[in-house]
Amino acid sequence: MLIDPNRCVACSNCVAVCPMGAIYVDTKINRATINRDECVECGTCSRMSSEHLNPTMVRTVRKLAKIFRFRFEPEPDVCPTTAFVVDELEWPRIARRVFSDPLVEHVSTGIHGRGTEEVKTNDVAHRVDVGEVGYVIEFGRPGVGVRFHQIQSMTMALAELRVKFEAKNPITHLMLDQSTGALKEDLLNEKILSAIVEIKTTVEMVPAVLDTVTRVAKQIDTVIAIGVSTRCDQNGEDPMLAPLLDDLGYTFVRAKTNMGLGRITNIQAKESVSDQHAASVR
Amino acid sequence: MTNTLHRYGSAESFKDDYIIFAIPCKGKNDEGAIEKLKTFLRICAKYVPANMGNSNFGSYKPCNELKPTAHWSRDANPDYAAVINAVEKAGTVAAVFDSKEHAEACLAEVKEADLGLSINMSTSVQGAKEAAEHCGIHRHSVEYSLGFCDVHDHLPNSQVLELATMCGHGMVSFNFARKMLDMVREGRRTPDQAVTTLARFCPCGVYNPSRAKRLLEDARTHSA
Repeated sequence: MLIDPNRCVACSNCVAVCPMGAIYVDTKINRATINRDECVECGTCSRMSSEHLNPTMVRTVRKLAKIFRFRFEPEPDVCPTTAFVVDELEWPRIARRVFSDPLVEHVSTGIHGRGTEEVKTNDVAHRVDVGEVGYVIEFGRPGVGVRFHQIQSMTMALAELRVKFEAKNPITHLMLDQSTGALKEDLLNEKILSAIVEIKTTVEMVPAVLDTVTRVAKQIDTVIAIGVSTRCDQNGEDPMLAPLLDDLGYTFVRAKTNMGLGRITNIQAKESVSDQHAASVR
Repeated sequence: MTNTLHRYGSAESFKDDYIIFAIPCKGKNDEGAIEKLKTFLRICAKYVPANMGNSNFGSYKPCNELKPTAHWSRDANPDYAAVINAVEKAGTVAAVFDSKEHAEACLAEVKEADLGLSINMSTSVQGAKEAAEHCGIHRHSVEYSLGFCDVHDHLPNSQVLELATMCGHGMVSFNFARKMLDMVREGRRTPDQAVTTLARFCPCGVYNPSRAKRLLEDARTHSA
C-alpha cells in the first residue's frame, strides 16, 4: 500500500483506521506515512470512503481552521482526497495481502478470508468425522498481527505430536515438510494480519494438543485464538468434546454450529460418491 | 468467509447476536450455487436482519463518490438489495439477526427451502442449540471458541474488544473502535452514527449494528 504525497492532506483519519497501527503522520513532511514493515497489506485504508476533493483546497481550509482554532470534525471513515494507492506486490510480500485482505482469494484453496472451510462444510466434506477433533489455531487476531516464523514455532511443535495438518488449508500449502512443520524460508519474516493452522486428532490427543498450544503461545509475541470442533451424534448432541473441555477447565460460550442441511449436488461429485458406494457393496 | 467464531463477550452479551450463513463446498455443491445463495439472502431479508453480506461487501458499505455535503446528510440505511444482486461467486453469504425469534424463523424457512448448501449459525452454544431444536434440526458439527490466548498482554479493554471483534477479519481496528467510543462519550457522534461508521469497515457484512449500538450506549455511562 502506498500514500500519494501529492494527494494526502495529513487529516490523520487513516491513522486510527489501520488495524496494525502502521500509519502515522510524519510531521517533517506533514503527510501520512506507512511503516512498510508493519503494514500487512490488508487494504482497510484503501477501502475508506472518499470525496475526491482537491488537495490544495483542503490544505488551505485546514490551515485557516487551524489559525482560528476551529475544531475540524471530518467524517472519521473518509479519506477526503483519495490518497491511497494499491501497488503491485511480488513474492514474498504478496503473501501479506493474501493472508490479510479478506477480499483476496487464497489461490491454494480458492477461498477468501482465512482461506479454509473448517467445519462449516463438514456436513458435505466430512473433514472431522465421528471420534475426531478438529482444531483451528488462529494467530495474530484480533488486531495484533503475526510473522510466519512465529507460526512456524507452533507448526513445528504440533508436528512433533504427529498431528494431521488439514490439506485444504493455506498454511499447510506453505509447508516444506508436514512431518517437521517447517514453512517456506523466504516467507518467515513477512507479517500478516492473521492465519489459521488447522489440524485434527483423535479425542485422546486433546489434552496434549491444547497443552502444546498453550506452552508455545507463551514463546510467541502475538495473540492466539483457539477453536475446537467435533461432529455431533445422530441426535445432534455432543457427548464427547464438550464434557472433555469442561473437565480440562476450559470455558466456551460461543460456537459456530453446522446445521447439517448441506448435501452433494455437483454431478461429478455425486457420481464419485455412487462409485465408492458401489465398490464398498461389492 | 465470515470469521464470527471469536467474538468477545459473555453468553448474555450474545442475546442479540445471531449470524446465519450459507457456504458452498468447493467441488461438492458449488455448481449453480450463486442462485441458491441469492435465494438464501432473499429469505433472510424477510426476517428483519441487522446486517447482510455477500463476500464482497455488506449492507453498510463505503462510498467512493461522497459529496462534501455528506458530512451533514449521509445515508445510513442498509442496502440489502445491493448485497443480493451483487452475489457473483460461490462464496459465503451471511445475515445477522438481533432477535432470536427472527433468527429461528429464518432458519426454519431456510430448512424448508432445502437449498443443499451448508447452513451454519454463529452465536452462543446454547442459542444455536435451541434454534436447531426449534426447527427440528439435529446439529451436524459444532466448533467451540476457547477464546484468546493473550500471554503478552496485547489486547485492549473489554469494551474495545467487544466492538472490534465483531469484524472477525480484524478490519475494525482497536484504535478506530476506541475512537468511536470516545466520540460517543464526548457527544460528538450518536451511537447510531458511530455504529454505521464502524459497520462500513466489515466487508463481509457480519458486523452487528444492534449489538454495537447497545454496547456504545452502555459505554457512555460505564467504563470498562
